[in-house]
Amino acid sequence: MSMYPDNFRYTKEHEWVCVEGDMATVGITDHAQRELGDIVYVDLPKVGAKLERGASLGSVESVKAVSDVYAPVSGEVTEVNATLADKPEALNRDPHGAAWLVKVRLSNPAEVEGLLSAADYTAYVGAEK
Amino acid sequence: MVDFGGWDMPVQYTGVIDEHRAVRTAVGLFDVSHMGEIEIRGPEAAKLADFVTTNAVARLQVGQVQYSGLLYDHGGFVDDILVHKVAGDHYFVCVNASNQDKDFAHIRSQNRFDATVENAGARYAQIAVQGPRARVTLQKLTPVDLAAIRYYWFTDGEVSGCAARIARTGYTGEDGYEIYVPPADAARLWNELMQAGAEFGVKPVGLGARNTLRLEAKMALYGHEIDASISPFEADLAWIVKLDKGDFVGRDALLKQKESGLRRKLVGFEMRGRGIARDGYEVLLNGAAAGWVTSGSPSPTLNKNIGLCYLPAEEAQPGKPIQVTIRNQPVDAVTVETPFYKRAR
Repeated sequence: MSMYPDNFRYTKEHEWVCVEGDMATVGITDHAQRELGDIVYVDLPKVGAKLERGASLGSVESVKAVSDVYAPVSGEVTEVNATLADKPEALNRDPHGAAWLVKVRLSNPAEVEGLLSAADYTAYVGAEK
Repeated sequence: MVDFGGWDMPVQYTGVIDEHRAVRTAVGLFDVSHMGEIEIRGPEAAKLADFVTTNAVARLQVGQVQYSGLLYDHGGFVDDILVHKVAGDHYFVCVNASNQDKDFAHIRSQNRFDATVENAGARYAQIAVQGPRARVTLQKLTPVDLAAIRYYWFTDGEVSGCAARIARTGYTGEDGYEIYVPPADAARLWNELMQAGAEFGVKPVGLGARNTLRLEAKMALYGHEIDASISPFEADLAWIVKLDKGDFVGRDALLKQKESGLRRKLVGFEMRGRGIARDGYEVLLNGAAAGWVTSGSPSPTLNKNIGLCYLPAEEAQPGKPIQVTIRNQPVDAVTVETPFYKRAR
């Protein structure tokens, strides 16, 4: 059984998206948090920011490096996960749940169809190793 | 695993913060076999070693170690090194892995003495045992009285039955030892050290924590604080330069720099605003670009975001408000005294 939820879609840059209607929740995958190691800082956009698919939406920093997080979908940020400012380490513990990054109102829902399924992503990170 | 000068090395084993804390509070093991070794031998070995390095080799006693610089004629660093005096006609030099071939060529090019220079990296593996429990861990495996080896001294002896050079040196700011052994014995020694240290909470430590540990102790890293464009004075390493010892490579340039004054100098800082400074980020003074970050990281010991940067020499003192440009945003920081961390003795 996969550790990657079937109802999420994924990118090769290790973000996930969970779509409900025209809203999407975005985060980074368990594979990403493991590769990064101890996460110590998260830089997120402000509510109202316009995200463009493939452009950097913010960054996640481990002790050793900064990594950009790329918007998997285009849209407007409606909510950011404020708890991560004080508890960035939550990303190491629950990257698919409590440590989501932003919620987005989709401007082009069709983009989601171009993302990877859980099975595709599992195969992709398996092959990457 | 990352490629580090042709060596496959782990950035982390159990996690950078976990490994860092193990070294500060217990004991950590580092496989630093990538480090290079150069042997200088012969009747005039001391003269060659003194001529190519900034520190005073003539002042070393047999069994003593010295931190030093290899410089170009223009006063910039070829490398930073450790010189071990094995005998009056034999010096053992530990150098950075990625600089080994360059260092070897450089020393040879300056050799107009009755001395031989050997690039000996392939004959040595190196394991560092660092932390407050390093001595008790290593003592289980050696008849050598480790407490009797003073800081920056070394002894040749046996560790788990294999010939070893045991130096009380390190790159962490903690007490500890760096052990040079034949590569064939290294894997067994590593495993025995892991077993010996188990009761003290030993952890293997990767490159990630090696960097945070040395940064807290404000130890220079080649390619960051020092390189061919930086002099020891600029890098706040005047203590490894002995201008009065006689001629050496780079001395004229350093004298000139001393007379004309430094343009820039290394200084420590900590972030006041939210954000982590990283290598290469721009540093602002009164809103204008004034320098750059050489190393920056969260400090696991201090729970602050710290860094080192170059600033105009007259500004490079503790207590100056500065800003670091992080993703196009100026973020407040302040220069501070270094080292950031000093162990209690």
